[in-house]
Amino acid sequence: MLIKRSEGKAARQRLSSTYQGLSGGGLDRRAFLRQAGLGGAGLAALGGLGLGTVRPAAAGATDFGQPVQRIKNICTHCSVGCTVVAEVQNGVWVGQEPAWDSPINRGTHCAKGASVRELTHGDRRLKYPLKLVDGQWQRLSWDQAIEEIGEKLLEIRRKSGPDSVFWLGSAKFSNEGAYLMRKLAAFWGTNTIDHQARICHSTTVAGVANVFGYGAQTNSYNDIRNSRSIIIMGGNPAEAHPVAMQHVLSGKEMNRANMIVIDPRFTRTAAHATEYVRIRPGTDIPVIWGLLWHIFENGWEDKEFIRQRVYGMDDVRREVAKWHPAEVLRVTGVPEAQLKRVAQIFATQKPSTLIWCMGATQKTVGTANVRAFSILLMATGNLGAPGTGANIFRGHTNVQGATDLGLDVTTLPAYYGIDENAWRHWCRVWDVPYEWMVSRFASKALMETPGIPTTRWFDAVLLPKEQVQQPDLLKAMIAVGHGGNTVSRMPEAIKGMEKLELLVVADPHPTNMSSMSDRRNGTYLLPMSTQFECAGSRTASNRSLQWYEPVVKPIFESKTDYELLYRLAEKLGFAQEMFKTIEVRGKEPVAESILREINRGAISTGYSGQSPERLKLHMQHQADFDVVTLRGKAGTPVAGETYGLPWPCWGTPEMKHPGSHILYNTHLHVKEGGGTFRARFGVERNGQTLLAEGSYSKGSEITDGYPEFTVAVLKKLGWYDELTEREKEIIARIGGNDPDRVSWSTDLSFGIIRVAMEHGCVPYGNAKARGNAWNLPDPVPVHREPIYTPRTDLLAEYPAIDDRRGFRMPHLAKSVQLRSNTVARSFPIVLTSGRLVEYEGGGEETRSNKWLAELQQDMFVEINTADAAERGIREGQFVWVDGPENGAKVKVKALVTERVAKGVAFMPYHFGGWWQGEDRRRHYPPGTDPIVLGESANTVTTYGYDPVTAMQETKVTLCQIRAA
Amino acid sequence: MARMKFLCDSDRCIECNACVTACKNENEVPWGINRRRVITLNDGKPGERSISMACMHCTDAPCAAVCPVSCFYTTADAIVLHDKDLCIGCGYCFYACPFGAPQFPKVGNFGGRGKMDKCTYCAAGPEQDNSAAEYAQYGANRIAEGKLPLCAEMCSTKALLAGDGDIIASIYKERVQTRGYGAGAWGWRTAYRETVDA
Repeated sequence: MLIKRSEGKAARQRLSSTYQGLSGGGLDRRAFLRQAGLGGAGLAALGGLGLGTVRPAAAGATDFGQPVQRIKNICTHCSVGCTVVAEVQNGVWVGQEPAWDSPINRGTHCAKGASVRELTHGDRRLKYPLKLVDGQWQRLSWDQAIEEIGEKLLEIRRKSGPDSVFWLGSAKFSNEGAYLMRKLAAFWGTNTIDHQARICHSTTVAGVANVFGYGAQTNSYNDIRNSRSIIIMGGNPAEAHPVAMQHVLSGKEMNRANMIVIDPRFTRTAAHATEYVRIRPGTDIPVIWGLLWHIFENGWEDKEFIRQRVYGMDDVRREVAKWHPAEVLRVTGVPEAQLKRVAQIFATQKPSTLIWCMGATQKTVGTANVRAFSILLMATGNLGAPGTGANIFRGHTNVQGATDLGLDVTTLPAYYGIDENAWRHWCRVWDVPYEWMVSRFASKALMETPGIPTTRWFDAVLLPKEQVQQPDLLKAMIAVGHGGNTVSRMPEAIKGMEKLELLVVADPHPTNMSSMSDRRNGTYLLPMSTQFECAGSRTASNRSLQWYEPVVKPIFESKTDYELLYRLAEKLGFAQEMFKTIEVRGKEPVAESILREINRGAISTGYSGQSPERLKLHMQHQADFDVVTLRGKAGTPVAGETYGLPWPCWGTPEMKHPGSHILYNTHLHVKEGGGTFRARFGVERNGQTLLAEGSYSKGSEITDGYPEFTVAVLKKLGWYDELTEREKEIIARIGGNDPDRVSWSTDLSFGIIRVAMEHGCVPYGNAKARGNAWNLPDPVPVHREPIYTPRTDLLAEYPAIDDRRGFRMPHLAKSVQLRSNTVARSFPIVLTSGRLVEYEGGGEETRSNKWLAELQQDMFVEINTADAAERGIREGQFVWVDGPENGAKVKVKALVTERVAKGVAFMPYHFGGWWQGEDRRRHYPPGTDPIVLGESANTVTTYGYDPVTAMQETKVTLCQIRAA
Repeated sequence: MARMKFLCDSDRCIECNACVTACKNENEVPWGINRRRVITLNDGKPGERSISMACMHCTDAPCAAVCPVSCFYTTADAIVLHDKDLCIGCGYCFYACPFGAPQFPKVGNFGGRGKMDKCTYCAAGPEQDNSAAEYAQYGANRIAEGKLPLCAEMCSTKALLAGDGDIIASIYKERVQTRGYGAGAWGWRTAYRETVDA
């Protein structure tokens, strides 16, 4: 039986004192939390309640007299992509076994992965559709729920236009689910379709794509085994991606590699580093420029690499020259000697890789940060080879795939954008007339305007109508697989939520969207199945796709994402057009069929070669892949292919491209996964070539840079007639009056790609990476102080960018930053946030899992010993953390530690269900409340957005802490 | 005959708690009972190290020595198990154990604690192997299936090793030689009266 802490009661009982010695007396995070939990158990014991025998009556033990079915699925938490092997009997998931064959996790899991079986038992899952009637949850049928939701949506569409509905998808979807939801938003007629990538790595995607050509991890987790120097900056994989640490630590041990952690916080990862560099939060760019200052000063840069493959390094040098070690010390707090040592190691003990995560991205300068990181790699020539690269650890299980497949306000699937060419391409794939698609939108202009991002949806509800550039404000929100505590400025988000006419939460759990506002009507909860209950593919951070099969049928009344989207499309009246090209069984679209459509259309990202059959073959033959190179071993059915066919996997499945393990790798032939930097910004700028000089992928017939392939380029090279008649015919149909403009990425015949590859050329061209991204704010990244900073002395020199407009709304920066001058005195502590290993994302799913919840029972704030002493705060006591906006405050436990520096505090962001001291457990539908509730860190986080992607600032703000 | 042991490589352990939830998952251990847990020393300071702890299945186990009802027994693989039908919940083993392994399910009046529960090395108990009765009292019996404890099998960084003592010692020794450092096999001297170098 499960004993949970009862709400709001004191938790100091006899047992806690009995057990106090258990952890050896030392104070650590878990010791104090665990004792708190035991107190809860003791409380129950006083009532004469035992914990019973080991096995609860309903638990699923394996019956060895019955056959056991083994099914492979993928862990639904982080982006490492661990294979889960489920043992199933009579439709019940009875056991979890190590997936020894997976080259990614090799049998292992973290706390979350080792407990996923609980999800399909789901004591606290949402069990049937519910709606809120005058503040009470009422059960209703799926049919009725879809009918009511659909009617309301159609009414809003008539009244306010299609842009007044906010569609929020999920990084927990399969690729097929993500693609289908993007398609649904298009057929509904809006670009306001977003998902978690906005709040985790949108700045990485935009920043890195603007430097190299594609916004993704360039190498892989496994490839880190080849590195001799590893910098982890703004990431804590020991908690966020534990299984990745298997590869990092192996690399560290086998190569005796340098493992350097640069972070404001001495993380669990830092505990294993060879060197730890503590920085002031929000000074990533000065630290990188500080490293480059030493590199340029001592001539440690890779001059040949820069000459051949980098544009704009001279502009970078000019900026770096300003970052003399004394200035770096003044701004970042890092001493010269340490930075010089790290610079020398990184630039000379190669191959070196730079790993980053949300410490770099969740900033008002996120896009600039990741470009600076990329420039460090470019300057030292650490790209396109084993052991090098930008190893960007994405967050959720399929956040890479969901981003690739267009759950994004700025693009259609596969980064085609939203201009007319992009729409025409996808209309051809979908087999619907372009003019019909235009008619679905409020206007052609809005069809080509980025939508409202998830970080700011509530602004689009609350702002005066004339400030939001669309026919009307947001009136409805459809959140599928997304928590409510994930965005900053929660007090305002709740006001926005209360003003919405319709709120639909479709999720395996009710999420705190069901409990955080005082809505009384117009709210629907739809029970969704997890990915363990459906089939599909997901893309791990390293771009490998993995196919998985359902472990059990959708439990309770839950439905798959596919079925929900079909039912909605049906009610909204465009199912026939939307599913014209997709097989539907009953009311459920078939995953394989959706993937085939992706294969046909997502050409530009190389999502075309990964047919369901090839992916299934890889899952069957996992054991045949090498753990370091991810290559299929000779003599096996997957020989020469890279595990999971990481994109780009060029051409049709029949072309048998092996996938690209390492991006931009010129040491391999393009047909073996080789590549170059992408030519997507033209061929020349200010008289300087943007194409590579003397560098090309192995076996290329063009031994210099070249632009992306089009029919015109083929003709110029004299290769046009190598296209077959059928290919020419398809191209002619696409090109209409001007077939010369048809490019490799819009050629549905795949002929251009085929011919280019025959000549050893990469379809997207061969260009230079850009040190100067002239199309973005701050073409060469410059330091800008966070919006809320304690260092007001630096504001004049390093101000935020000017106020501007973006994503249909005003985007303030400099004007808000001026507030620092007045608030920094009363809010002197920098507040940052991050992950715990037991929980993930908004945390509702993991806090509902009894095996995980037991390990972290209280929301807390890490506060430095000196700051605690000044405030008379003791370990384990409740404190108030006050934020500088909206009078926001949270009541959390204090964890007094040296882990954070003086003047810095840290909170995990997985908690929810409490609101400024109030426990809102009773607002959840009965029986679905997570076991552990707590204050959301985002209640006190503040204004601040990246100018390119509207990424929220959750890593640097100010707060004050006082005893409660 | 093989002599089964646990070895936690503290230079690899990142305190991810996979061992803890794998144990809960495999054995359906209820809330409040921790057959395995991860201990962190110097939390948040340079020198921070974590180690995963459970019953070490000692040679000449002190728990067995003090048990007034002799409920402990050692299997042929040198795994220390106990019989819950004999256990009287006196708690002597808890005081004798150098690793804090014995767990008690309740706190009642007059000091009642219920039957002791601890790590079984996924080898369950005296009931018939892999029977429902065995699972209900002791959890999974992976050893009878020819498998090792799930905590070690699922360890994210392969810090926690389980298996034949000689084999895991040689894996650890090889690791230490490759990387050039090693804090030693924590708890081995206490549990097995030897070190990995012995």
